[in-house]
Amino acid sequence: MAVLEVKNLGISFGGLRAVDDFSLEVAKGQLYGLIGPNGAGKTTVFNMLTGVYKPDNGKILLDEEDITGRSNIEINKAGIARTFQNIRLFSDLTVLDNVKAGLHNQKEYIYSTLTGILRLPRYFQAERAMDERAMELLKVFDLDKEASYKASNLPYGKQRKLEIARALATNPKLLLLDEPAAGMNPNETQELMDTIRFVRDEFHMTILLIEHDMKLVAGICEKLTVLNFGQVLACGDTSEVLQDPKVITAYLGE
Amino acid sequence: MSFISYLLNGISLGSVYAIIALGYTMVYGIAKMLNFAHGDVIMIGSYVAYMAINNMGLPIPVSILLSVIVCTLLGMMMEKIAYKPLRQASKLAVLITAIGASYFLQNIALLIFGANTKSFSSVVNMEPIQLAGGQLIISGETIATVVACIVIMACLMTFMKYSKAGHAMLAVSEDSGAAQLMGINVNATISLTFAIGSALAAVAGVLLCSAYPALTPYTGAMPGIKAFVAAVFGGIGSIPGAFIGGILLGVIEILSRAYISSQLSDAIVFSVLIIVLVVKPTGLLGKQIQEKV
Amino acid sequence: MKKLSKTTKSNLITYGIVVVAYLVCEILMRTGHMSSLMKGILVPLCIYAILAVSLNLTVGILGELSLGHAGFMCVGAFTGAVFSKCTVEMIAVPGLRFLLALLVGIVCAGICGILIGIPVLRLRGDYLAIVTLAFGEIIKNLVNAIYFGMDKNGLHFSMKDSIALGLEPDGVIIIKGAQGITGTPTDSNFTIGVILLLITLIIVINLVHSRTGRAIMAIRDNRIAAESIGINITKYKILAFSVSAALAGAAGVLYAHNLSTLTALPKNFGYNMSIMILVFVVLGGIGSIRGSMIAAVILTLLPELLRALNEYRMLIYAVVLIAIMIFTWSPKGIALRERYSLAKLLKRREKEVQ
Repeated sequence: MAVLEVKNLGISFGGLRAVDDFSLEVAKGQLYGLIGPNGAGKTTVFNMLTGVYKPDNGKILLDEEDITGRSNIEINKAGIARTFQNIRLFSDLTVLDNVKAGLHNQKEYIYSTLTGILRLPRYFQAERAMDERAMELLKVFDLDKEASYKASNLPYGKQRKLEIARALATNPKLLLLDEPAAGMNPNETQELMDTIRFVRDEFHMTILLIEHDMKLVAGICEKLTVLNFGQVLACGDTSEVLQDPKVITAYLGE
Repeated sequence: MSFISYLLNGISLGSVYAIIALGYTMVYGIAKMLNFAHGDVIMIGSYVAYMAINNMGLPIPVSILLSVIVCTLLGMMMEKIAYKPLRQASKLAVLITAIGASYFLQNIALLIFGANTKSFSSVVNMEPIQLAGGQLIISGETIATVVACIVIMACLMTFMKYSKAGHAMLAVSEDSGAAQLMGINVNATISLTFAIGSALAAVAGVLLCSAYPALTPYTGAMPGIKAFVAAVFGGIGSIPGAFIGGILLGVIEILSRAYISSQLSDAIVFSVLIIVLVVKPTGLLGKQIQEKV
Repeated sequence: MKKLSKTTKSNLITYGIVVVAYLVCEILMRTGHMSSLMKGILVPLCIYAILAVSLNLTVGILGELSLGHAGFMCVGAFTGAVFSKCTVEMIAVPGLRFLLALLVGIVCAGICGILIGIPVLRLRGDYLAIVTLAFGEIIKNLVNAIYFGMDKNGLHFSMKDSIALGLEPDGVIIIKGAQGITGTPTDSNFTIGVILLLITLIIVINLVHSRTGRAIMAIRDNRIAAESIGINITKYKILAFSVSAALAGAAGVLYAHNLSTLTALPKNFGYNMSIMILVFVVLGGIGSIRGSMIAAVILTLLPELLRALNEYRMLIYAVVLIAIMIFTWSPKGIALRERYSLAKLLKRREKEVQ
């Protein structure tokens, strides 16, 4: 069953057709890669999927629920979480609080502002439960020892991981990773690949990722869609797509 | 007839606001800071002209020139001492520094010139023009102010469009880091902007006090705020915007003082600002900037 | 769980400082060691501390620049004072009357916060600053133009003059335009001020360390990321802004009941006042609640203690302001501070001892 189904998505900026007739189907538990040269429109697709941009046409179905045109807040509540190409952490909050902020809309941790100000028993109970859940998530990413650090003081690789942990805290059905390995060295990338695979297995997560690092893409993605000039160039199993002459031309030129 | 005469008064006051706003908008565009002390430069300029005319007996054009020179130097000095060390600092720190500079200028004026109101004598020796059989009188100050404002704006626009320094200013206000890499002397450009802004403030001060002669150390504060409102109104960073904003603000202020309530005129001016910004968040001629995700 | 106890400890220190300062002042007063000048400044100290702490919620926690805090204080002061003056005969117990006036002031200022917040919080940075400044000036202007009276027929209201109110001979004018309100019962005192300050601190500190506070700070640090994890930006911005406004309203009620005459002057409710409160917040450390409070107290006391220097007082204040900013923020200042920082000096001492 498809967790995410995208049909004929398109958007224009001024006269420029940034993404055109984009369709995609991601099955539950799949690790799906979205690749393409710079400026192909990959991040624009992510921005439409997460409600940052409203698509001009097309449909987005999440678990068969139409979420096209909803705001980014509603889409997150519906079950899509993401990370960003340029890391966007809550830099002055602690690592723990970053993840706790991700737990904001989870029913079991919600309490009212007044409860917080008056410090009613519910406040302590919810905060304790949040701390436990957040520490669990941090442990997955080996960040538990840095829980009380300010997020901006983490090294780069760990900031990327923290962003994933925060996204997972919103308990999504689908996780979108925008260039998770950007700026990482080979060792860090290898470690990240293991983590992504672990997240998929541990949380039964469906993951769609944008990546330039072909080693990572070939290593963990089961299926690929290649985007070029805003249009789908190829789509299918990773090994087949990577050998497609059209794809090789798009990447390496004539 | 009275409506037209109010309208003319409004345009006259608006021209003063516009001149101040031009300086404000240039400084804001380039230094990205609310220069709260800008209004107080106006006040200092007026005091210098007042002292030159009344105590030193200098001819009026020389006095105005002296006032412009003093303010130019003051503006550059202020930038060098107080703002330059804070280029990389948080916006709030710069704002507080500007407030400190404003307090400083007000209190130094208080020490030197005293708290007493000085009666500024007009620098414009021009007979009022009588129209429609004496029903409509246009004062010399009104004409001088409007003409000065238009000349200044035209000069500024030409300067920005055709001179090398003007291009440098645009480049620095767009992206100071890239401008530096292109070989533009960013510090000199910022300094020049402050110099021009402060020189304009001096002219505005003299014209303002010619029309409204009461001069105290706090004379500049409110016009400074209003001029900033005018700059925001027209879209901050835009020269024609500052001009339009200034004139509109002056007209609204005088008309509401005449027809609605003199006490509420400021409230009306500020309400219009809020409405304009709510409808158009970057002012009438401002650029819309969207954050990239 | 070690971290939790650390913030709790820091908060307890904040409350402790207030309580100790209160006790010291009370002892000094009881034993007659306090000058009348100091006695007169005690309630204003509480007022400024409340204002600074509440503004920090907007500036430090929400990260939006507001230059209209005095406007909300003005709303609280006038609505509270009107309530007290109207009910001075009905409610004989000053404490109860003040409590109700406080409630009225807080609610009115809070509502103003919501009303102004909804349209303007979409604006960013300096645009928001200038609009809040404009709001404060509008309030000050409006209050100066209002005439409000009461007689046996009920309440009367006019924007023209006191005659236009058309009061019966037995009627009383409550707000008399620019002359403001005279004869407000002086129901507040130092103890009430300190209690209000403590309540303000508790509200702000508890808010910051709650789910709501986390959401507000997340918006401050990265709006786009906050939206991506489902945080409702508008809701939390307005919440923070209106709580901040409501607390400023409480300070206003305290202000109005400390003096029997209340007028809206540029000096007490104009943008200069808003700026002064902002100075407290920035000098106390943006986002530091305790810092705001301490800065408010020190910077209010300082000019009073410098009274001997009379004419030069504000000049010194201005220079100090600029110097502190340059010292804290300029590259040279930072380098200087690092070289001679207290922690480093202590460490060096330690090494020498070893």
